[in-house]
Amino acid sequence: MVSGTPERVVSVDLGGSAGDGMPGNGKNTQRNTYLGIKNYDILEKKLLLLGDEAVALGALHAGIAGDYAYPGTPSTEITEYIQASAPARRAGIRGDWCVNEKTAMEAALGVSYVGRRALVCMKHVGLNVAADAFINSAMTGTHGGLVVVAADDPSMHSSQNEQDSRFYGRFAFVPLFEPSSQQEAYDMVRAGFELSESVRLPVLLRITTRMAHSRAVVTTAPPAPGPAALSFSEDRARWVLLPVNARRRYGELLSAQDDLELRAETSPYNALIPGTNRKGVIACGIAYNYVTEAFGGAPDRNVLKISQYPLPRKLIRRMVESCGEVLVLEDGQPFVEEQLRGLLDGGGKIRGRLTGEVPRVGELTPDNVRAALGLPSAEVNAPSGNVVPRPPALCAGCGHRDVYEILNEVLRDYPDARVFSDIGCYTLGALPPFRAIDSCVDMGASITMAKGAADAGLHPSVAVIGDSTFTHSGITGLLDAVNSRANVTVIISDNLTTAMTGGQDSAGTGRIEAICAGVGVEPEHVRTVVPLPRNHDEIRRVIREEIDYPGVSVVIPRRECIQTLKRKR
Amino acid sequence: MHTDAKEKTMKKDIILSGVGGQGILSIAAVIGEAALAAGLHIKQAEVHGMSQRGGDVHSDLRISSEPVHSDLIARGGADLIISLEPMEALRYLPWLAKDGWVVANRAPFVNIPNYPDHGALLAELRALPRAIVLDVERAAAEAGVARAANIVLLGAASAVLELDYGALRLAVGKVFGRKGDAVVKMNLKALEIDRGAAERI
Repeated sequence: MVSGTPERVVSVDLGGSAGDGMPGNGKNTQRNTYLGIKNYDILEKKLLLLGDEAVALGALHAGIAGDYAYPGTPSTEITEYIQASAPARRAGIRGDWCVNEKTAMEAALGVSYVGRRALVCMKHVGLNVAADAFINSAMTGTHGGLVVVAADDPSMHSSQNEQDSRFYGRFAFVPLFEPSSQQEAYDMVRAGFELSESVRLPVLLRITTRMAHSRAVVTTAPPAPGPAALSFSEDRARWVLLPVNARRRYGELLSAQDDLELRAETSPYNALIPGTNRKGVIACGIAYNYVTEAFGGAPDRNVLKISQYPLPRKLIRRMVESCGEVLVLEDGQPFVEEQLRGLLDGGGKIRGRLTGEVPRVGELTPDNVRAALGLPSAEVNAPSGNVVPRPPALCAGCGHRDVYEILNEVLRDYPDARVFSDIGCYTLGALPPFRAIDSCVDMGASITMAKGAADAGLHPSVAVIGDSTFTHSGITGLLDAVNSRANVTVIISDNLTTAMTGGQDSAGTGRIEAICAGVGVEPEHVRTVVPLPRNHDEIRRVIREEIDYPGVSVVIPRRECIQTLKRKR
Repeated sequence: MHTDAKEKTMKKDIILSGVGGQGILSIAAVIGEAALAAGLHIKQAEVHGMSQRGGDVHSDLRISSEPVHSDLIARGGADLIISLEPMEALRYLPWLAKDGWVVANRAPFVNIPNYPDHGALLAELRALPRAIVLDVERAAAEAGVARAANIVLLGAASAVLELDYGALRLAVGKVFGRKGDAVVKMNLKALEIDRGAAERI
């Protein structure tokens, strides 16, 4: 059932000191010595953790050999927590920032192949990038436990869409967990590794922003022994997805679904809580908290809490048959509601986002859940008439500011110019005072869209991309541009870090020119400049020259991110 | 869930607000630490990511003797808004309970061209039934603890918080302890400066 909130805090630790909670030696003793931590009282440990940190600690306590990730809000703090854990570092447990989510997913699958446990973390749109590897990891199956974390961002606080990763779970035919509390996040990661090894499939853990970035007390359980020894699956053929093997594996994957559903029916994370009337609520993930809150801890309705998928059909049927009306509350897209209603509407008994009880877009809140439940709302102060929006902006002193100021000046002489940009701090160049970019679509799209536009006759066709986004997904596009001799000017605004997510390592630092040259850009058209006011004249000249050059050119304005610079001081 | 019958029931739903980088999360950490030491339940939703780049940021901090379910505070439910910036205090008025408190810094953080008239913001704040408005940056600078202006604001809110002042001091020690004794002392001094602000209303 639902994990309770701990009654008393025995010892408290704010996040970031993962070291205190590291795995024990597997002996059944309360006092433990492991990885240099003496007398670690594992049964008494309670920590105040972000949902992300609870995921990280759960993985460390499950005995992972490594965590592989690309930074993306709201998933970033998982890997940062593992990286900050001194005992994990001493034990050689990896916490790697990879080039992108696909390489991270594949590295983790490699760890699984040799019989050890691995965690992969990304934001929801990162799962699009990793999708090829992710979907096919269900086809090969796993050996060592493999848990994939997708952090969704309903309401698009820091994202370009609000896609719901539960669709990916169903698409790939893998089990999926969706925690309702930080405690469940911790427990589910550990249960996820067990389940993964039991069914030989990757397990998807779906969290949302309010879970990832909210703190609560988590009680830890005795840690598993450290990473397992190397081992290999006896079935070598399943890892080679030739059609002959893939057809067999697909059959096996499909026939495993009944078992996965049975596990969801009996899961401790799914529960049917009877009410006192004939109204029903299906509450997925954190929706359960809002429902409990709305009723002051004791709902009068029948509540079906769902935190483990595939959907438990029997539980749902029992609930729907015993209720006159069922409201589906889920953060993100109407994934469950659509399945329950089906194409033919199911007689209007199922209510939710599609019927207007809950807003069609945006995250759940205590307020829209109360309204959907038909409960009265509190008397509320009117919004202040004095308050105006305060959008985020590029920091004072940021090198991207110099780049956009100069680019705007230069492009005034080219009325047809368009600037294709990308995902990062520099996307803020779309806002006043710069209004300097014309697109932001997905990681790496700047270079390839500029190439396409140039192919179609646009000149100047300019791309603006950051260093980390360039190595994530820009290099392949640059190779396309070189191979077709596209007339594009690519500006790689290099601040030596992955800045938007808080300053993680950038995969190509120190090698951007070499990468461009290696891809085939003429070395004399790879131009590096320092974006400082005293260099503006020079940079203007360089950009003009490269726009006028009819081929692929790269300009690299390079200056360290002002935020990472401040932190060093 | 909570079985200690000797303890009286308490609940404080607090919205912390400001501009990205001003230090609301340090305030949240100190309150959270003190609440945990008191055996209270806690949930604290934070804002990370894009809005930290100079945009408006807020954190919902919920502490209670009873289990806390929702990570977010409902409209009309906040007992207290603690804001490091006057306009950012007013942004959350729809979340403030009718008898809720506002403890806000007087000094504006102007990083947008259309920042509203400062006088109008202060007038609106002062018209609220329970508001404490003070210039914590100036108070901190005058006391020689300029870097701890956010903790001056926390001190001003301490009477409203209904947390033991000694527990808040211990929490300051725990939160800033890693940065050394000098930083702890500076923040303890900052906590003290406007501690009596609520009584003066």
